[in-house]
Amino acid sequence: MEVLKIATAGSVDDGKSTLIGRILYDTKSLTSDKLKAIEDKSEQLGYDYLDFSLATDGLMAEREQGITIDVAHIYFSTKKKSYIIADTPGHVEYTRNMVTGASTSQASIILIDARKGVIEQTNRHFFINNLLRVKDVVVAINKMDLVDYSEETYNKIKADFSELMSKRDYQDQKITFIPVSALQGDNVVNKSDKMPWYTGDALLQHLEDLDKKDIYNVGTPRFPVQYVIRPKTEDFHDFRGYAGKVYGGELSVGDDIIVLPSKTRSKIKDIYFYDEKYETASRRSSVTITLENDINVSRGDMIVKENDLPTIDKQFTANVCWMDSENLTVGGKYIVQHGVNKVLAKVDRINHKINPDYSGIDKEATSLGVNDIASVSFKLNKPIFFDQFKNHRTNGSFILIDPQSNNTVGAGFIQ
Amino acid sequence: MNKDTSNINSLENEAIYIMREVAAQFEKPVLLFSGGKDSITLVRLAVKAFYPAKIPFPLMHIDTGHNFPETIEFRDRLCKELGLELIVRNVQDSIDEGKVKEESGRYASRNMLQTTTLLDAIEEFKFDACIGGARRDEEKARAKERIFSVRDDFGQWDEKNQRPELFDMLNGDIEHGQNVRVFPISNWTELDVWSYIEQENIEIPSIYFAHKRKVFLRDGMIWSAEDDVVYRDENEEVLEKMVRFRTVGDMSCTAAVYSDAVSISKVVEEIRDSTISERGARIDDKRSEGAMEKRKQQGYF
Repeated sequence: MEVLKIATAGSVDDGKSTLIGRILYDTKSLTSDKLKAIEDKSEQLGYDYLDFSLATDGLMAEREQGITIDVAHIYFSTKKKSYIIADTPGHVEYTRNMVTGASTSQASIILIDARKGVIEQTNRHFFINNLLRVKDVVVAINKMDLVDYSEETYNKIKADFSELMSKRDYQDQKITFIPVSALQGDNVVNKSDKMPWYTGDALLQHLEDLDKKDIYNVGTPRFPVQYVIRPKTEDFHDFRGYAGKVYGGELSVGDDIIVLPSKTRSKIKDIYFYDEKYETASRRSSVTITLENDINVSRGDMIVKENDLPTIDKQFTANVCWMDSENLTVGGKYIVQHGVNKVLAKVDRINHKINPDYSGIDKEATSLGVNDIASVSFKLNKPIFFDQFKNHRTNGSFILIDPQSNNTVGAGFIQ
Repeated sequence: MNKDTSNINSLENEAIYIMREVAAQFEKPVLLFSGGKDSITLVRLAVKAFYPAKIPFPLMHIDTGHNFPETIEFRDRLCKELGLELIVRNVQDSIDEGKVKEESGRYASRNMLQTTTLLDAIEEFKFDACIGGARRDEEKARAKERIFSVRDDFGQWDEKNQRPELFDMLNGDIEHGQNVRVFPISNWTELDVWSYIEQENIEIPSIYFAHKRKVFLRDGMIWSAEDDVVYRDENEEVLEKMVRFRTVGDMSCTAAVYSDAVSISKVVEEIRDSTISERGARIDDKRSEGAMEKRKQQGYF
């Protein structure tokens, strides 16, 4: 069974949690004790319908305030697929959670309240999904029951959204519009008979049929060494294995490789997964590799194919999403964690700040506040081995760590 | 090798990656072992992650003194077979030292008391990373948990101020005195764990399978009457039923379910068709709406 990770984005009261609750309910993924808890709580709050948002808002503060604060992960499955939904909050101040959710998702759902239409928040949600190059985006126009299931309203929102689409950077992103009512269950799991003018699929059917081709891991193989395995036992006296995850393409026994940064050449001798040897290591598999020659390889080094080198440099420019309450400033020092590799970095320049509502760029910015997105140039104390984000999702992204607080303070996508 | 075609194999690859990050990023990691199916799965994943070397960290069991005897017997055998170092710290010692007070009454449990013993042990051994088998699908507060979850000097979880986790980059940087709770099977569901146990043919304690047991009923749940640990009123009648346990926590807070699943494949079938959640039989979660979140803030696992 394949897995589909989905991120959701919507503003406060767009009914995001209700939508997820509805999916769980209609796919019979809610167990009887969880359903009972929702029924009890809905009754206690005096609602005349079941409040499905109670299925997902997990923190006490969330239930008190009736909002979602932190990314929650929700699991359900159909006969065809396993789904993981990253339910990300829509408030302005929680943009970082949306970036986080979108970073691991293959598809995303942007919710729009049919009564409000495309608002500033919608621009931001779409911008982030496009910046992170999420392959499939569903624009779910919700609360159709409150606009009398009007085709005209749906078309107006679709036209407004299409204007945004013309401004996007990643043009190949696939966008699908679906009119729904999460509360009433229209076009969520079951096709609604209240909107005969809509000829497309219900939301779940659309997700079920999404092309499984994994665009995120297509590219050239990159093998960042995570850990060196040296058993030093009688049976494996001279064993020196390099443990890591394969990104991009496959690696095979006999491949001519180069170890970065030493640029030492060798060949792949064996590929282990646990106690079995394999001819090839597929994408995203956590394997252990041994090499023909006895060379010095350590954590943070990268094994690549001889004819396919990444950029090796001590400087780069990236789109950065800043996530900390303390500002990023020119000259500021941070740790760049690129895969498993950590290097010290200095902010060389803020090239321009990008308004995530598609209202243009700000070339005068000298610092970045929380949720700002900007093109930033960095200088490093030693080279890293990277690809552009648009060509290599894993080897083109990094996180920024504040060396004082140790917190993850930003994410970057190399240009 | 084509290891990423199915859900379970991609989860396995992810968990192995996380295990290796722990070994690489921390000086003194430990694997918290309860004897339950989730921690047994963790041990299997760790074995696979570091083969042909041994697991580069010890196992630690916080023993409430109210564990199912089958679990303890199983734990000792597993460690012996794999040649693993096992540390055991007892809640009873924390009680004897006056650090915690035993609960009383019909819902008395040592589940809450574990937290103190755990935090003391972390301090005693200076562990900087504790690997645990918690999963996001278990409970609403756990759904918000990170894979690397930073705890302060008091072992507390600041749920509103968690580090963002992007792609599969794990930031394990901490200050002296802090520690990280690591959850390699965060993204697994109960069914995933059982499917993996079936696929890998992993041995698990016998109480997970249907067996005849003396039980009594209370609040719509089935309690073991075979040990003195669970408080039973005289008017609560003892019956003999075919039951199994879905979770193996402290005996005082773990209820059984009716079952005739005597093998792993029968258990997988049963869970696939189940309409009750796994923690539905955990009385510790039923104390209040935010029971798990409150315990986690205090340093519970």
